[in-house]
Amino acid sequence: MQQRLAHGEAAALGELYDRFASLVHTLAHRVLGDEAGADRVTREVFGHVWEHPGEFDPREGSLRSWIAGLTHRQAVERLRQSQSDGAATPDEIEEKVRAASAAARADYIVTSMPAPLRAALDLAYLRRLDYRRAAAHLGVTEDEARRRLRLGLQLLSTAHPGPRVVTPPAHGGAL
Amino acid sequence: MSEEFGRGGPGRQDGNGASGPPRPPRIPLPRTAAEDGARWPEAAPASASASVPETTPIARETAPMSHKVLKSLLGAWALAACSPEETAAVEAHLTDCATCADEAVRLREAVALLHPEDNLDLDPRLRSRVLASCLGRRPARVPVPSWVAPYDAETARLDALLRDFGEAEWQAPVRLQWFDGSRAVERDMTVAAVIAHLTAADGAVATALGLPEPAGGEGEAAAGGEGAVRTEWRRQGHALIRSASFADGGAAELPVPSGRFTLPLRDAFLDRAFGCWIHAEDIADAVDYPYRPPSPGHLHDLVDLTARMLPAAIAGRRRAGLAPPPRALTAAGAPGRTLHLEVEGSGGGHWYVPLDSPAATAAPEDEVAHVALDALEFCRLAAGHVHPEEAAAGHTGDREAILDALYATASLSRM
Repeated sequence: MQQRLAHGEAAALGELYDRFASLVHTLAHRVLGDEAGADRVTREVFGHVWEHPGEFDPREGSLRSWIAGLTHRQAVERLRQSQSDGAATPDEIEEKVRAASAAARADYIVTSMPAPLRAALDLAYLRRLDYRRAAAHLGVTEDEARRRLRLGLQLLSTAHPGPRVVTPPAHGGAL
Repeated sequence: MSEEFGRGGPGRQDGNGASGPPRPPRIPLPRTAAEDGARWPEAAPASASASVPETTPIARETAPMSHKVLKSLLGAWALAACSPEETAAVEAHLTDCATCADEAVRLREAVALLHPEDNLDLDPRLRSRVLASCLGRRPARVPVPSWVAPYDAETARLDALLRDFGEAEWQAPVRLQWFDGSRAVERDMTVAAVIAHLTAADGAVATALGLPEPAGGEGEAAAGGEGAVRTEWRRQGHALIRSASFADGGAAELPVPSGRFTLPLRDAFLDRAFGCWIHAEDIADAVDYPYRPPSPGHLHDLVDLTARMLPAAIAGRRRAGLAPPPRALTAAGAPGRTLHLEVEGSGGGHWYVPLDSPAATAAPEDEVAHVALDALEFCRLAAGHVHPEEAAAGHTGDREAILDALYATASLSRM
């Protein structure tokens, strides 16, 4: 994909959009909370990738995580700008940016975590099954269901930046 | 949903610790039980206080759980996915074990970051705006040919519609309708079968471009599961767009068999864009989602293709005995009787259609009839969704010529 983009292939740009537009738009919307802002960030992010495909370094992570990181930075930047002309104090702005960042990182972590962990979390959180029923549903032992729920939440807790992260997560910081 | 750490407030957990000195209430309460639904903030205190008196007796009756087991329960506890006995045991443990208490706080905060899927629909029109903005910043060295653009846009729109489909939507009965020359035909199939059908129909274009055939027949592909059907359709679509981008200039004229006609590749792509749009609308109807028509520029291309196919369609109906013979034998390239087709609305325009022979020329001064209809109505007619005699069309002039043309338009439709 990177080579095709570098080669200036418009069809690759279309495929890139089809693969990542939903991710980019959702993350931007999570940070900014408004549709028009998310649209603008989406345009900026794809414009940037199309203009600078060489900036992506596959040794540092997946294309998906690189694009998520670009989106995050663009959206946070825009959130800061939109807050700076209002009545909010710098501390309030930083608090808002911090909360929005954590929410967006959490979304990204949920969509990127290993499927078995996500499936367990979905059953316990969205469908509100207890871990025994979740285990039966997944066809795993109760021990395994407990392990998946705990590991899933540990991964998710890395969305909160700063010293709160006590134990190193099983996966590196996703963004 | 938002859930906050420590919402219970101080004092509520005073009775929580069965032993040991009172600690500051820093452990957040577990999430409420399933049936409490969205009302959890109000319901939480009740369920929490209700569990308190039970803590001690139950803990006495059952064997004490080890630190290891209690630690393994923290995730389930934070999600309120333990039994009441386990919840009580974990909470008792948290007052004694600082390591577990720390982790409990972190995991509860993590739960607060979860939220139900928002299902924000991405505006399908955003795609063309974003891509245009990108290409404005850096022009493509290998552009997508303009005659592929409607196919690119329509397949992307349908794919976006399918993105959030669950099991129920994939199994929704879709009614396909077309006009087989003399009567309207209908067939019901699942969304998955419609997508497999689109893959097979696009396959003719793939073959012309030298791409491999789609993985299986329509039935086989549908048996592979919905995700596989969609993936295969999308993979082939992307490959088609890419191949057409790299094909040399002459490729636009490559012959592609398409239904009863053979079309040059450039028109075959328009024909497939048309088919994709119409079936996307059929699917959207089946699941009761709104679906917009193509952009005006693309709609114009589809109307234009249909208008250009009309002379051959009229001739085909004559050969099949479905239409009266031509009024006059017209030499190739000579002027003949002409139908003035006026398509209104965005994407519309004026077309002059030769009635006596596809090879005849058509000119405004030879107009014998004038028919006017809306672009979307014209497309619905060409898709076989409207009966030729029921199409909302204004007309003047030769009534037989007008009916010929309307029937011929409908006969372009197929499954």
